[in-house]
Amino acid sequence: MKILVAVKRVIDYNVQIRVKEDGSGVVTDNVKMSTNPPDDNAIEEAVKIKETGKATEIIAVTVGEEKAQETVRKALAVGADRGIHVKVDGIIEPLAVSKILKKIVEKENPDLVFMGKQAIDDDCNQTGQMLAAHLNWPQATFASKIEVNDKSLQVTREVDEGLETIEVNTPAIVTCDLRLNEPRYASLPNIMKAKKKPIEQINASDLGVDTNPRIEHIKIEEPPKRKAGIKVASVEELVQKLKNEAKVI
Amino acid sequence: MSVLLIAEHNNKEVKPFTLNAITAASQIDQDLHVLLIGSKADDVAKSLSEVPLVKKVLHVDHEIYENYIAENYTAAILKHADKYSHIICSANTFGKNLMPRVAALLDISQVSDIIKVISPDTFLRPIYAGNAFATVKSNDEKKCITIRPTSFEAAETTGGSAEIEKIDAADQTENTKFINREEIKSDRPELGTARIVISGGRGLQNGENFKLITDVADKLNAAIGASRAAVDAGYITNEHQVGQTGKVVVPDLYIAVGISGAIQHLAGMKESKVIVAINKDGEAPIFSVADYGLEADLFEALPQFLEELNKLNTIQK
Repeated sequence: MKILVAVKRVIDYNVQIRVKEDGSGVVTDNVKMSTNPPDDNAIEEAVKIKETGKATEIIAVTVGEEKAQETVRKALAVGADRGIHVKVDGIIEPLAVSKILKKIVEKENPDLVFMGKQAIDDDCNQTGQMLAAHLNWPQATFASKIEVNDKSLQVTREVDEGLETIEVNTPAIVTCDLRLNEPRYASLPNIMKAKKKPIEQINASDLGVDTNPRIEHIKIEEPPKRKAGIKVASVEELVQKLKNEAKVI
Repeated sequence: MSVLLIAEHNNKEVKPFTLNAITAASQIDQDLHVLLIGSKADDVAKSLSEVPLVKKVLHVDHEIYENYIAENYTAAILKHADKYSHIICSANTFGKNLMPRVAALLDISQVSDIIKVISPDTFLRPIYAGNAFATVKSNDEKKCITIRPTSFEAAETTGGSAEIEKIDAADQTENTKFINREEIKSDRPELGTARIVISGGRGLQNGENFKLITDVADKLNAAIGASRAAVDAGYITNEHQVGQTGKVVVPDLYIAVGISGAIQHLAGMKESKVIVAINKDGEAPIFSVADYGLEADLFEALPQFLEELNKLNTIQK
């Protein structure tokens, strides 16, 4: 079984976002970048499945500018076998990413495609479902548990009401939630070894996919600030304020 | 052209967030049709037809829709998509799972999780966990939109009398099977719609200590939330998680207890009307969004809080 894992390079989740003054976007110069957190869970799950002997190969793929390769390199360091970097500059929407990934799937014929459920930059939560649609494959989104059977997966999904379990036939797409597993850190020897693993570079334009944005970003601005609150000295004062000032209890 | 809203329901009742999505959809175009995909869901069709903002209910009833499966819903939606300018649903786990599948097959770049309708093609949406707001204009001819439910009022549910049109089922997928759903039944208000939410974080130290939160929640008729840290540590189950990857809540009162206030948690609660933070670390980021901050040990403060609440003659429910 072959698993393709899609990863995205985003601003690190610990970085406080700064909006550019001209409203054109957020500041990314000299800002720490990392792999989108749930994509780390996707890689980890693929590696765990390979460790049980059920998978034979893991391919990590990313779509983005030159530096997006770093996320593939990191995936190689925690256990992916080889990488693919589809090069494209500028803003690329989930619809276009899903069309690019479809081309990669057609080339590589994986049995499973894993990725994070959502990227923490644009918060779209679309790519996995869109890829499943293009391929006419089943989708199991927001996975917190995956059981691999012979020709199917049993996936527990985190939904608003609690947990839902579905069974999907393979080939299938799974988007991963943060509680699926605990991503491992790459060891130094594995980081060194990963440098020798191959990353194939492909230009998005060579895949015949239209990557022009369909959505115009008119303005990016800071959200309205909350006015500063106060500190209360005691529980008694807190209850009085809630009752008589805020009038919420 | 009209707009089509996809209803979320359990074959007996409409889920509350559909009513918020109806309000948003009606701001895009008043000629609002609702598509109900279900099994033996006539009661749901009737209640949707009574929502005054709804002009028509399209009802497809078939046993293949007994459980919500995105693949089956998508096929049903695509049969009717061409008559509509916008396809809309709520941006909760229902709509997040469904809409991109629909959008991709229509070759539409979806606009996710909008918090404001500026015009029929321009919307406001949060990005970076709500640390920036983007005004975006969709240049696709037809649009697929998901609505952040807590940013729109729920629509009125009585007084309307929309026509209900029965429509045919679409093909069923053979590749996805529903197995089961573990719903946590509770007498408490739902987290997404509660007037008061009290949430616990890692400061609670273990699951048993959540009893301190529960006691106050009982007194205030509040829903119980949690930080990702508390859920990851196993103190409480995932459906309580508030934050970027959990639920977004906008209650009148949000009480954060033992929660430091990571960016990802703030994304889920900072639009609440009144925020209270109880934390023993005076430097915790949660205090930067709190209207009322109490620097105290929660193990002393929560029992005192309950005691003070008990002293009050009346508590709003």
